[in-house]
Amino acid sequence: MSASAPAISVQDVRFAYGERQALNGLTFDVKDGEIFGLLGPNGGGKSTLFRILSTLLPLQQGAAQVGGFDLASQQAMVRQILGVTFQSPSLDRKLTVQENLKHQGHLYGLRGADLQSRIGLGLERLGVADRRRELVSKLSGGLQRRVEIAKSLLHRPRLLLLDEPSTGLDPGARIELWKYLRELRQEMALTIVVTTHLLDEAEDCDRLGILHEGQMVALDTPDALRSSVGGDCLTIRSREPERLAVDITAQFGVTVHRVGDQLRIEREGGHDLLRDVVSQFGTAITSVTLGKPTLEDVFVQRTGKQFW
Amino acid sequence: MNQPAENQQPARPGLWLPVWTLAERELIRFLRQRTRVIGALGQPLLFWILFGAGLRNSFQAPAWSEVLGRELTYQEYFFPGVAVLIVLFTAIFSTISIIEDRKEGFLQGVLVSPISRLALVLGKLTGGMLLSLIQAGIFLALAPWMGISIGPVQFVLIFGFLALLAFTLTALGFVMAWPLDSTQGYHALMSMLLMPMWLLSGAFFPGGETGWLSWVMRLNPLTYGIAALRRLLYWDHELPTSIGLPSLGTSILVTVVFAAVCIGLSVVLASRQSSRNAR
Repeated sequence: MSASAPAISVQDVRFAYGERQALNGLTFDVKDGEIFGLLGPNGGGKSTLFRILSTLLPLQQGAAQVGGFDLASQQAMVRQILGVTFQSPSLDRKLTVQENLKHQGHLYGLRGADLQSRIGLGLERLGVADRRRELVSKLSGGLQRRVEIAKSLLHRPRLLLLDEPSTGLDPGARIELWKYLRELRQEMALTIVVTTHLLDEAEDCDRLGILHEGQMVALDTPDALRSSVGGDCLTIRSREPERLAVDITAQFGVTVHRVGDQLRIEREGGHDLLRDVVSQFGTAITSVTLGKPTLEDVFVQRTGKQFW
Repeated sequence: MNQPAENQQPARPGLWLPVWTLAERELIRFLRQRTRVIGALGQPLLFWILFGAGLRNSFQAPAWSEVLGRELTYQEYFFPGVAVLIVLFTAIFSTISIIEDRKEGFLQGVLVSPISRLALVLGKLTGGMLLSLIQAGIFLALAPWMGISIGPVQFVLIFGFLALLAFTLTALGFVMAWPLDSTQGYHALMSMLLMPMWLLSGAFFPGGETGWLSWVMRLNPLTYGIAALRRLLYWDHELPTSIGLPSLGTSILVTVVFAAVCIGLSVVLASRQSSRNAR
């Protein structure tokens, strides 16, 4: 495998839970060494994709390679090069931090002095070395998440999959976590794939795939995605969105997207339009915001649906 | 920066290291939950004392007891049945934790690791087996008070057979627990299947030689487990063969086949990739 080969390659992957289609023909690559985000609302298919990539779910249709190994036929190899951090901790709460990591090491064929030194280094790196003799149930959510990550890195995987890593963490702990992830990527030449439904978290990724109803509706760097929306973004709330949309289009000749009870207009020089719209239709408007496009705007533009 | 070269071919976990580590985890968890110790050993012991006292006068010793040359009390008759009940309870408690492990998330971590599904199953069964041997061993130390003397060869045979039986019953529990999402469901299976299986195995009362009950006993695999243990306890006596007390050879053979079926089913179940394994 050459250095430039993709860390993960997914081709036309489909998955259905019985009748319900969860993934609808996904095709994308994750580059070696990047932090790749899978963003989407709950039910968009990112958890299903995560479970397929982590070998918990079978590949029903399509093909995928992880670290150059075929996901369908070389599962054992994929499992060896993969580190997985689940949303709900896979730690045994009745065991100590140290015991959890020891058992994890044994499951990956590590033992003895090598295992001990890896446990020490791993806990050190994630800043939980002083808690190694404590029961996991005694640790805070943020610390548990760090132990969970130390656990999934113990066998030095080439790829780390994290499912909703910030769930249950306070903002401070979340910033810390991302600092660690970036350091780890540097130190361990790691490729990281993160699923998230948090827009701020998605901003931290090198590249982002936006999943909606089992399809990849956008894939690029967060900056490129935002600039694809173009100009400014005007969001108007109204009691009569239908009528207002027609009126604004008639008056100013702009394209108005209606999303729920909101109207959205994307264009350059949004502040002029804002002034004109408010002076003209002020009574019909309950609130109006003007801003540079966010990832939420990207989602709305690509899907015509609200993110939440 | 680490060169990925050292990561290219990670160590393979093999079979026994994962088996041992999963079994060790079971032992540690067991010892940290005092109530489990009381549940698995205390309840059978209480049954033995209470039923032994209560049924003393109404008990009719089975025909084979004449060989012993002394009166067989109910307490003594019930003795191997209680040992098997301890094994059964321990198997139930160990496998009910599969449902908890799935709920709490530990299981998914094991499932994405490179260990074979056979190692996963054997780890669980070894843990259950060791816990059974410890607890049944404590109980069997009471044998001399029953007038049953256990020689060294007999001791080895009894523990060897109990290990086999514990493996079998834990595997049976594994097969029942793996597809379930709630411990309530397991309790239902326990009272509708496992307890009747034990009650109708000759553990609690000697079955008749005719009628429907004799057929249930004949078809119940645990009948052979109880019979083998009873025969090993009376190693020096030649007990006659009957429906409730098949020969030692038959009993061991049936138990081995039953074990193979349960272990095979466990591995098949654990090998299926299913959305239930993810949380």
